[in-house]
Amino acid sequence: MPDTRRSFLRKSALIAGTALAGARMTRSAAAAPLEIPPTAQQPGRPIPATGYGVPSKFENHVARRRTDVFVNRQNWSDWSMTPLQHQHGIVTPNGLIFERHHAGIPDIDPATHKLVIHGMVKQPLVFSMDDLLRYPSVSKFYFMECSGNTLADWTKAASTTVQQTHGLLSCAQWTGVPVSWLLDEAGVAPDARWVLFEGADGSNHTRSIPLNKVMDDVLLVYAQNGEMLRPEQGYPARLVVPGWQGNMWVKWLRRLKLGDAPWFAREETSKYTDLLANGTARQFTFVMDAKSIITSPSPQAPLRHKGFTVISGLAWSGRGKVARVDVSLDGGRNWRAARIDGLALDKACVRFYAETEWTGEQMLLQSRAIDETGYVQPAKDALRKIRGVNSIYHNNGIQTWLVKPDGEVENVEVS
Amino acid sequence: MSKCRNAVLILFVLVAVTGTAFAGERKLGLGRAATPAEIAGWDIDVRPDGQGLPPGKGSVKAGEAVYMAKCAACHGEFGESAGRWPQVAGGQGSLKSDDPVKTVGSYFAHLSTVIDYVRHAMPFGDAQSLSNDELYAVVAYMLFLNDIVDEKFVLSRETFGAVKMPNAGGFHDDDRETTEKAFWNAKPCMTNCKPEAKITGRARVIDVTPDERKPPPGRD
Repeated sequence: MPDTRRSFLRKSALIAGTALAGARMTRSAAAAPLEIPPTAQQPGRPIPATGYGVPSKFENHVARRRTDVFVNRQNWSDWSMTPLQHQHGIVTPNGLIFERHHAGIPDIDPATHKLVIHGMVKQPLVFSMDDLLRYPSVSKFYFMECSGNTLADWTKAASTTVQQTHGLLSCAQWTGVPVSWLLDEAGVAPDARWVLFEGADGSNHTRSIPLNKVMDDVLLVYAQNGEMLRPEQGYPARLVVPGWQGNMWVKWLRRLKLGDAPWFAREETSKYTDLLANGTARQFTFVMDAKSIITSPSPQAPLRHKGFTVISGLAWSGRGKVARVDVSLDGGRNWRAARIDGLALDKACVRFYAETEWTGEQMLLQSRAIDETGYVQPAKDALRKIRGVNSIYHNNGIQTWLVKPDGEVENVEVS
Repeated sequence: MSKCRNAVLILFVLVAVTGTAFAGERKLGLGRAATPAEIAGWDIDVRPDGQGLPPGKGSVKAGEAVYMAKCAACHGEFGESAGRWPQVAGGQGSLKSDDPVKTVGSYFAHLSTVIDYVRHAMPFGDAQSLSNDELYAVVAYMLFLNDIVDEKFVLSRETFGAVKMPNAGGFHDDDRETTEKAFWNAKPCMTNCKPEAKITGRARVIDVTPDERKPPPGRD
């Protein structure tokens, strides 16, 4: 049985050693009656005949942002990041899901889009989108993380917002067809071991994926969070490779080729390989290890009040379910288990909370995810000890936020 | 009540239908046969074992002309990169340094990767416009820029196997489950885990993040 919020309030108050009631006494009282706002006296905007709803104009600051870390000043092979500091719960809204493209965003007409399956199969096939939509659909929540997430902070604390440190992460419900069903239609040859997936964008993005993973849980999806994919997310069809690096989730999917060996495409050799200190590199590092991030407080979500304070964030693991998330207020000297609220699904984001009484002291906030395989998210130094600092990809080290007495939050590293 | 019963009935029928159609052999008979001629339009992948190499050939000399006309504006006349576009030559011996430079000569393990990628995606903005001879030629020229072949070299299906990539032995498969075994820890420390936590670095000092109030440079 999960603890209720109320019992957590009590516990938090006890942990901090202060009485919650004391803080409440300080509120001032107003004498005048509450004003009747104009919105309560007049009708609002009329309902448009048709329209696609957009967020309140007071939420205009909530937006994806390109990184510009490397100031490459070209926006085709580029990325934009999710404002995790504004995300509530575990679902990233469709307009805020991070982007990574290698040749811009194509606009593909689903009426003419084709998906081809060929290579080591009994019967090569062509599917239309109409064909694909006739299959019974499956809908699954999965996180999607670029293995380059947190790359700017490999060597040292360098990014000043959580959007920049961790915004190549998004979580969504994906709807589509298991790729295994489509492969069964074509009939996989007994010697086939790998599948090449290709996109219809200007980079003709290709990745090789082991057949056993494809047969296990890889999906061809056409919808995210209840509506058809956005163009920047691969409309009309993309791959979902649960728990594995985002680069493999081929967008604008147009071709599957079965073979007996991987293709060693550019995106699985020259890129998305992890260079170690000794000059050799790891390849085929598909799985995204367990990771977590406190999104509030964070640099764009500073603390504005003393007293009862909710620390909250996201945790995920490419190896399965998140089993536990620990939170430290003192830079990793002492830890306590956070509360996981809501769904805790396989290879999906979980939302965690840790309540405390903040009296204005400096805090060094950390979180660490532990997954069902027993993997514990490591400290950054522990990662660097094994991998060096040239890996670029797969930085899942523990993040530290310095909360200063004025409530402002900074990205720091600690000993 | 009857609505509810109907829903249960529909669910039961659905389970029964999918249960038969998708147990073991999950075929709905959708899609149509793809002809070899159709597939040939998209099937241009090249593998390290040479599978997929097209006919044709190209010399370093012919490649220089193609490279200068179609590649040098982004990748630099000597493959050194013009601006932030990928560097394709140089960097050999840099992989252990603080500033590793990953190029065709210093990092690529397979010649097929270069051919496959150029064939699929280059020149940027005009992908798949090179003839097979131009493809072989421009790749031959990049090998020459990296001192992997001499200026008389001609690349083709026949000479492909003779090219030795300098970093061919530089990769190994994911070994995290053994080299990082220590990260699986049944009893992670909860109290007094270290004597102190001292701040050793602050992002504000480096600050690679653009000002949130201003649009990033280059935005339309």
